[in-house]
Amino acid sequence: MRLQYPTNVRVIQLPCSGRVDILHLLRSFEDGVDGVYVAGCMEGDCHFLTGNLKARRKVEYVQKVLESLGIEPERIAMYNMSSAEGPRFAEVAREFTERIKELGPSPIATAQAA
Amino acid sequence: MIVGDSKPLEEILSMIEGRDKVLVLGCRGCVTVCNVGGEKEVGILASALRIARKKAGLPPTVEEMTLERQCDPEYVEELADVAENYDAIVSIACGVGPQFVSERFRDVAVFPGINTTFIGGALEHGVWAERCQSCGNCLVHNFGGLCPIARCSKSLMNGPCGGSASGNCEISPEVPCVWDQIVQKMSAMGRLEELEQVWPNKNWLTARDGGPRKRVREDLKQ
Repeated sequence: MRLQYPTNVRVIQLPCSGRVDILHLLRSFEDGVDGVYVAGCMEGDCHFLTGNLKARRKVEYVQKVLESLGIEPERIAMYNMSSAEGPRFAEVAREFTERIKELGPSPIATAQAA
Repeated sequence: MIVGDSKPLEEILSMIEGRDKVLVLGCRGCVTVCNVGGEKEVGILASALRIARKKAGLPPTVEEMTLERQCDPEYVEELADVAENYDAIVSIACGVGPQFVSERFRDVAVFPGINTTFIGGALEHGVWAERCQSCGNCLVHNFGGLCPIARCSKSLMNGPCGGSASGNCEISPEVPCVWDQIVQKMSAMGRLEELEQVWPNKNWLTARDGGPRKRVREDLKQ
């Protein structure tokens, strides 16, 4: 299955979405990324039971931080998909890229470039 | 432990407005245990402040440091070589931290990054409840080990009052009536008759009503 998805998506592999940390998410915004999404397994299917649920809560926490800072919380999202769903992975990559394109470049990167 | 809550980011940002070099200062004591002011939270707050500054096109100088404790001068002294480098120090220790830091470094502006809320314990991960009001004269053994001062909305020594209904306090169905719990516990222990003792007015001089408190241990004092 050689599926195409937007080349701007940089994949960072983790052993479980539960390993993602609030600091990982915040630091990527600090470094000027336009958006971040966490792709975890389907809810209820976590090998470690609650990793993907914890990931969702961390994403929600960062959404609140971004909102407090006047940055669109839609720039970060949590998606759930099974590892057998290659086409869904590509579809989410396209969907999120579109959402970020609509929002435009990160205000952090824009301010830094100015 | 002393439990606190993070101040809203907007409030912290307005405190440090116009100050270029900022240090976020954590504490490895109580606030680390209640996940509000330890090394991890220092990293999160500093990162959020840097994002805000970058977004506003300001210098993002927000540095991070965590002391063993901010309530002991020997640990506060670790700031001696660096404190002067900052235009603002945001302490995310309990209310003691910003005061100890301000008292030691008189020329540096110090801001509290958290609201100190109560002395309590963790009911479960992420949930804390008040257990002590530091009244200065512990009497919990008379009430089945449950404190009516800290846990009764009216700090009643002779309860329950008429506002106790179905085990909850009249102020909110979320607040259990500690006097209901005391009666249940003393009954279960077969000690209910001990509650017949009528307590006279409590002497609040040992609490905050007696003014700021200070304790001197002659055997320890140098």
